[in-house]
Amino acid sequence: MLRDMISLRLVLLVALGLTLVSCGNPVDPKAEVTTLHRGLSIDPESVDPHKSRSVQAAEVLRDIGEGLLSYSASGELVGGVAKEWTVAEDGLTYTFLLRDDARWSNGDPVTAEDFAFSFRRLVDPDTAAFYAEMLGSIVNVRTIIAGEKAPQDLGVVAVDERTLVITLDQPTPYLLSLLTSPSTFPVHPDSIAQHGDAFTRPGNLLSNGAYKLDAWEPGSVLVLSRNEYYWNNDETAIDAVNHHVLTQEMTELNRYRAGEIHITGSVPPDSIQQIRAERPAELHIAPYLGVYYYGFNLTKPPFKDNPQLRAALSMAVDRDVLVEQITGRGEAPAYSWVPPGVNNYEPRRLAYADMSQDERNAHARRLIKEAGYGPDNPLQIELRYNTSDTQQRMALAIQSMWKDALGIETTIINEEFQVLLANTQAREITQVFRSSWIGDYNDAHTFLSIMESDNPANQPAYASEEFDSLMQRAAQQVDLDRRRLWLEEAERVLLADHPGIPLYFYVSKHLVSPDVVGWGDNVLDYHYSQHLSLVPAGATP
Amino acid sequence: MLRYALLRLLGAIPTLLLVIVLAFLMVHAAPGGPFDAERTLPPEIEANIARAYHLDEPLPAQFVRYLSGVLKGDLGPSYRYRDHTVSDLIANAFPLSLKLGGMAMLLALFIGIAAGSFAALRRNSAIDRLTMVVSMTGISVPVFVIAPLMVLLFAVKLRWLPAGWSGNEGVARFVLPVISLALPQIAYIAKLTRASMIDVLSSNFVRTARGQGLGAYAVIRYHALKPAMLPILSYMGPAIAAILTGSVVVEEVFGIPGLGQFFVRGALNRDYTLVLGIVIFYATLIVLLNLVVDILYGVIDPRIRQR
Amino acid sequence: MSARTRFWASLRSSRTAAVSGGALAVIALIAIIGPLISPHDYLQTDFSKILHAPSIANMQIFGTDDLGRDLFVRTMRGAQVTILVAVVASVVSLLIGVLYGMVAGFIGGRVDAVMMRLVDTLYALPFIFFVILLMVVFERSLLLIFVAIGAVNWLDMARIVRGQTLSLREREFVQAARLTGVSPLRIIIRHIAPNLLGVVIVYVTLTIPQAILLESFLSFLGLGIQEPQTSLGALVDAGVNQMEGASWMLLIPAALLALILMCFNFLGDALRDVFDSRRFR
Repeated sequence: MLRDMISLRLVLLVALGLTLVSCGNPVDPKAEVTTLHRGLSIDPESVDPHKSRSVQAAEVLRDIGEGLLSYSASGELVGGVAKEWTVAEDGLTYTFLLRDDARWSNGDPVTAEDFAFSFRRLVDPDTAAFYAEMLGSIVNVRTIIAGEKAPQDLGVVAVDERTLVITLDQPTPYLLSLLTSPSTFPVHPDSIAQHGDAFTRPGNLLSNGAYKLDAWEPGSVLVLSRNEYYWNNDETAIDAVNHHVLTQEMTELNRYRAGEIHITGSVPPDSIQQIRAERPAELHIAPYLGVYYYGFNLTKPPFKDNPQLRAALSMAVDRDVLVEQITGRGEAPAYSWVPPGVNNYEPRRLAYADMSQDERNAHARRLIKEAGYGPDNPLQIELRYNTSDTQQRMALAIQSMWKDALGIETTIINEEFQVLLANTQAREITQVFRSSWIGDYNDAHTFLSIMESDNPANQPAYASEEFDSLMQRAAQQVDLDRRRLWLEEAERVLLADHPGIPLYFYVSKHLVSPDVVGWGDNVLDYHYSQHLSLVPAGATP
Repeated sequence: MLRYALLRLLGAIPTLLLVIVLAFLMVHAAPGGPFDAERTLPPEIEANIARAYHLDEPLPAQFVRYLSGVLKGDLGPSYRYRDHTVSDLIANAFPLSLKLGGMAMLLALFIGIAAGSFAALRRNSAIDRLTMVVSMTGISVPVFVIAPLMVLLFAVKLRWLPAGWSGNEGVARFVLPVISLALPQIAYIAKLTRASMIDVLSSNFVRTARGQGLGAYAVIRYHALKPAMLPILSYMGPAIAAILTGSVVVEEVFGIPGLGQFFVRGALNRDYTLVLGIVIFYATLIVLLNLVVDILYGVIDPRIRQR
Repeated sequence: MSARTRFWASLRSSRTAAVSGGALAVIALIAIIGPLISPHDYLQTDFSKILHAPSIANMQIFGTDDLGRDLFVRTMRGAQVTILVAVVASVVSLLIGVLYGMVAGFIGGRVDAVMMRLVDTLYALPFIFFVILLMVVFERSLLLIFVAIGAVNWLDMARIVRGQTLSLREREFVQAARLTGVSPLRIIIRHIAPNLLGVVIVYVTLTIPQAILLESFLSFLGLGIQEPQTSLGALVDAGVNQMEGASWMLLIPAALLALILMCFNFLGDALRDVFDSRRFR
């Protein structure tokens, strides 16, 4: 009892002290700066462009860094740090000329050697970068990553202060759009030499983008402010950007409605109806380069060597119900593998795309019979998905569709994301699993290449000689139209084999305050803060 | 005296070690690793990453490496927040959780004791029943229901308080989270106070005081309050544990970067070092706290020291 | 009158206990019978009936959820699961705690000291963290939820039982039994255990609400019971997201949950009043 009294007094004393301390926090006297408040659904792993890979990290990095190329406010590919470039006839050599006025946030010029250094760092095995293979067609990338060659052997050379030459071992028409990706952003070599791993700390970190990182409270907010040395600083309207880390969608929505945030990172599906009624003009839903599919484990029965079964399951899914009732955010049902809106490409469609759902179901039933299943040999399969409300609803819906149309018993298994991933990669126990692919760049190749037999991202373990050879042929093509034909044919082959069931194409969804000017929906969902401005009246919430 | 303290300290070490080993094994037993993601990585890159983070070494070796780091005070880098060390994260998050919990505790005590005493005074009246039923909602409705409701009402509709945490200054942003956290405890404390106060109020010395014409308030303040507090004291331990549990949810709902949030993120992300770091931190804290209390206890009551 | 008879007599005379106990019984009854008499199945989705408000038509008195499933049946199933989880988890922690506490208290001495030291150690672990870790490490299953909650809750029970056992051990009738050579096992069974009954029952009715809330927290974090199974906590969590659009999805399960929790709390209080004189020291 005495003990308890002592504990109680201690606790109370500490609590009282802390309360007084927090009451004394002064409000920072802010000068009149325009500040944009954006929602981010999770902290970036890192602001080191080579150590991060999430979409959220990319959003922040696009504000504090810039690569050789960039996108304009209207979504066109334009020069970033590079002001002009030439491509050799064989498509294997690219020469970039950098701007004279490109600077780091401490005034140092951005040089070609900075880029060369950064690319070498990207592929260096010691950096252990996630996206080391992003520029896989540059000479020697693969061997350097495997440790067989030194980073110095990379096919990227700084000819002089302003000229960078990149040499490829195979033509890559989408290279330019790859060079807008944050993994290809430059890092400041002297900073790394001086600070080592601590070069990413606010205060040490140098930025060559429109903003610099002032502060980062993990789990809370990243505070950016204008980089006066940015070559296009005069066109940057907003002075400061706060990326608020908000992991719960409802919390983010509430903060938006309370006027604390200008732009949300996403919109909770359950609230879309209500938002459409309350503030339709602020809701921005646009096609996004991503496909959501259910993959089949092709290394084991029942889906191994059983295309009729796969086709049947694919046909019996009523995609219209899924996008209207389940996801309800304006997603498009997917009858192709490659989403619409991709540069220079016309997606192929599944053979049954034009049939009615009833027709499809009838056809599917026939296929199931052909595959050898029926009332005396009932089919039982497992479907795995990761913990999330929408995924759950999707799985439940499809479970009942397969039951009602085909008489199949599906056990749906909800796993944590990490677990699902591990199981999918192991290919031991999975049968049908939820998956998706977001495009890395605006080209059909990013969606089709994941189905090549040697690609680690090929979760179903699809291995088709015909598909692989078509992709190879496309890769050799310098002529863009010829290349497109090969890719489209490859997609047709892929769809006919049903390694997975494409269900819908993603959409990007944001709430954008009417105070924000310059927001442009685009298929990559890139929204650079430097292209935006705030209406003066509602500038600071 | 010193000997006593040292002995107790030494006794705490095996405890801590056990905790570390247990947590280490559990975290590594979880399927999936810290660097798994939607995109399967090419095997060479996976190998590079495993090497950089020593994940390719056998488990005992990893444990030894980790332990030697801990002994030097280095809890390692976070696997998910790669620009931050675990110590940094804890150093920022802990004071926040502490403030939140402390304020909630104070609020709960203040209102709980007041409400309970009030109800005890007006025993069996309508007011008594009402107070009790209202405080019961605190323990009957989960905090992840109450909190969003409050945010909806006070922040979104009325705009009296901020809806979130980041970017807002001052005390206002503490209000809703602290209330959410305190509510269940207010109920328990009110109940306990009421029961105990009723006992005390019916005891002889109180009745004597009342008989002498002392007003109700004065009676409580000068005579009844202290003895009535005894059960509350015993409840402090469980109360603190309950606030700790509740803080995990409250931090999640309001987006507060406290230890609870980081732990949940860490567990879900398989951020081994972060999870271990938090567990070790808490265990050490509690062990030290117990130690301090024991020492004080020993100082006050010399008989204990001879054990 | 033996302690037991006195106990039942006081209990019967307590109105709160009667009302709460009665309410719980009614809820349990409806929870079991409801799904049997309703024409709807708790698993059956119906996309033409998404988020319908409660109506008498079609026997959907609680409305439907976001997949068109009948909410009444789901709420009843949820109640079944919630109560099951809570009771089983409490029984698990009871068994472990009582056994542990009895052994420690009865044997006493060094063994007791070591055993209690272990309990103190485990107290040091922030148990919510371990529950989370447990759910993350193993496959999420109903069984595991029982085990996780029970495994972290037994500490208090052990402490209290040990305290009681210690004091009971010194009572004359126990001393007498030992002196006359009765085996320790018989002493425990015939003398100690029955006298622990009161304490234990009170404690169980208080840990049940804790277990229910803990399970609902786990659902909130995404670590609780898996679809299409459901619990009241999971239903409430889903309902929060539909708060403004389809408020019945929140209000109905939340009201039921609150009712159940309140009943257990009142019941526990009433029981505790009955045992006033034998309070834990």
